[in-house]
Amino acid sequence: MTNQELAIKANEVRKGIIEGVYNAHSGHPGGSLSSADVLTYLYFEEMNIDPKNPDKADRDRFVLSKGHCAPAYYSALANRGYFPVEDLKTLRHVGSYLQGHPCKNDTPGVDASSGSLGQGISVAVGMALAGKIDDASYRVYTLLGDGEIEEGQVWEAALFAGARHLDNLVVIVDNNGLQIDGPVDQVDSPYPIADKFRAFNFHVVEVADGSDFDLLRGAFKEARDTKGAPTAIIMKTLKGKGVSYMEGQVGWHGKAPNEEQYKQAMDELTKAGEALCQK
Amino acid sequence: MSEVKKIATRQSYGEELVELGKEYDNLYVLDADLASATKTGIFKEAFPDRHIDCGIQESDMMGIAAGLASCGKIPFCSTFAMFAAGRAYEQVRNSIGYPHLNVKIGATHAGISVGEDGATHQCLEDLALMRVIPGMTVINPADDVEAKAAVKAAYEFEGPVYLRFGRLAVPVINDRSDYKFEIGKGYVVKEGTDVTIIATGLEVSAAIDAADLLAKDGISAEIVNIHTIKPIDKDLIIKEAEKTGKVVTVEEHSVIGGLGSAVCEVLAENHPLPVKRIGVYDRYGESGPAVELLHKYKLDGEGIAEQVKEYLKG
Repeated sequence: MTNQELAIKANEVRKGIIEGVYNAHSGHPGGSLSSADVLTYLYFEEMNIDPKNPDKADRDRFVLSKGHCAPAYYSALANRGYFPVEDLKTLRHVGSYLQGHPCKNDTPGVDASSGSLGQGISVAVGMALAGKIDDASYRVYTLLGDGEIEEGQVWEAALFAGARHLDNLVVIVDNNGLQIDGPVDQVDSPYPIADKFRAFNFHVVEVADGSDFDLLRGAFKEARDTKGAPTAIIMKTLKGKGVSYMEGQVGWHGKAPNEEQYKQAMDELTKAGEALCQK
Repeated sequence: MSEVKKIATRQSYGEELVELGKEYDNLYVLDADLASATKTGIFKEAFPDRHIDCGIQESDMMGIAAGLASCGKIPFCSTFAMFAAGRAYEQVRNSIGYPHLNVKIGATHAGISVGEDGATHQCLEDLALMRVIPGMTVINPADDVEAKAAVKAAYEFEGPVYLRFGRLAVPVINDRSDYKFEIGKGYVVKEGTDVTIIATGLEVSAAIDAADLLAKDGISAEIVNIHTIKPIDKDLIIKEAEKTGKVVTVEEHSVIGGLGSAVCEVLAENHPLPVKRIGVYDRYGESGPAVELLHKYKLDGEGIAEQVKEYLKG
C-alpha cells in the first residue's frame, strides 16, 4: 500500500475507535488513537495474515499487550475484513464478542487474551519461542504502552527474549508519554526506554514519529533484517491523535466522548479523510 | 512387617514426564531455575531440547507457556506451589485460564511438609487459589502411583490443569493391579461405618494410619480419597456422607478454601450435616523437619485420630 492509502485506512480505523468508545460510553480512546497508525501498518502492510482464515498455522501473530487499546485493535481487524465494521458499535456491550479487553476465544483474529498489563509480552515471547522450536516462518508482534513497561513482568519477558535471541519477535512501544495519573516521566519514569531494551539484548529502532509510514516501513524492515536478537521499536506518538481536543490530553486516556464531542470527532475525521483522498 | 516403600510425588512427576516425553513430542517442560528440586531435571537430561529453563521468573513462565500452548505445544510449568499458585496467580488466571489454554502446572513443594524452608515456601493456599479459577482442573495425588497416573491424565486432558506435588517421601498406597485413575472420580480407600474421613494428597496415607488407631478404640472409620479437588466428586461425597452421617476432611492446606471447603459446599447444598475440617487453621507454617511439623500440626495419623475422636464426642 502507498502511504496515502495507509493514511486513509488509518483514518477509518480512527473513526471505528470513536464509534466503539462512543457507543460503549466507556473505553480508552487516547492510546487507541496513538496506536492507530502502527496497527494499520501491521494489518494492511506488514503482517502475513488472512482475514478469511484467521487461524492459519503460518500466520504472523499479534498480541496487544496494552489490551485497553482494544478499540483500535478491533477497528483495525474490522477494517481489514475479520468482521463487520458495523459491529464496532457493540464494543463492551453485554453479549458482544468485542470485550473491553481482547479475548482470544471470542474474537476472530485475536491471538491472545490480554489487557492485564505486562502479561501480553510474555505470551508473545512464548509464541516466538514456539516458532523457533518449529523452525516456522511466522513472526510475532506485540504492542506495549509506555506506562505498561513499568510492570516488572515486561522485563522478565524482555530478558528471556534477549537471552534466547528471538529474532522473530518485535516489541513495539507506543511512547505517547501519558498514563492515567499523568506524564510517564512524572509518574514512574520508564526513560531511557531504548537503552533499557538495548541492555536486555534487543536490537532497538527509535521512530521519531509513529504516525509516519515511511519511518514505520523502515523500522519494520530493519526488524526483519535483524538476525540473532529481538527488535524493539520505540515510537514517539501523540496520545489522542486525530481528534483535536483529545490530542496530548491525559484526561482522554479512558473516557468516552459525549454526543457533541462524538459529532465533532467524527466531523474532524471525516474531513481529514476527504483531505487525504484529494491528495 | 516389611518397610513401607516411600516416594515423594515430585519424583513421580519428573519420572512420568520422562515416560510421556518418550511418546509425545509436543510435550514441553518449563522450569524457573528449580529443575533439580521439582525433579524435572531428569526430563531435562532425557530431552534437553524440550526443556525450557525460564530462569527465576514464574510470572513470565506462565505467559510463555500460554504462548507455547496457543501454538500447539503442551507445556508443563514446574515450580514450587507458592510461586505457581501464589506469585503467578494472575498470570495463571488471565493468560492461561481465561483463554482456557492447554497448559499444565506442576506445583511441587506444597504444604508444610516443605519442612525446613519455613513459612515463605510452605504454600497452604494453592488449592483455594486454583479452585476459584473458572475451568481449572485441580488435582492433588496421594502417592507415587496416583501422581504418575494424574500426570498422564493431565496430559491427555484438554485444558488447564493444576497438579499438586510434595517434597516429602510418602507411603506408596496404590501399588495394585486394579488401581484406576480418573479425573474427578474419588474412591473409597477403606470401608467403615462410624465416620467418613475424606482426605487428599499425602493426608490419605495419614488418614489410613489414623483409621488404624481409631480401630483400637472401637471406631470404624471409612476413608475416601478425593484426589481431584475440582471438579469434585459430588456423588461420592454425598453417598458416603449419607452412609455414616459423620464427615471429617483432612488436607495439608488451609482449612479455608481447599478440600474442606469444597466438601462443605457440596454437602451444604445437597445433604447438610456438620463437617469437621482438619488442616492448617488460618496460620502460616514454620521451619522444622517435615515429619515433626506434620505431627505438631496434628496432620499425622495420631493427630488426625485425636481430632476425629474429639469430633465424634461432639
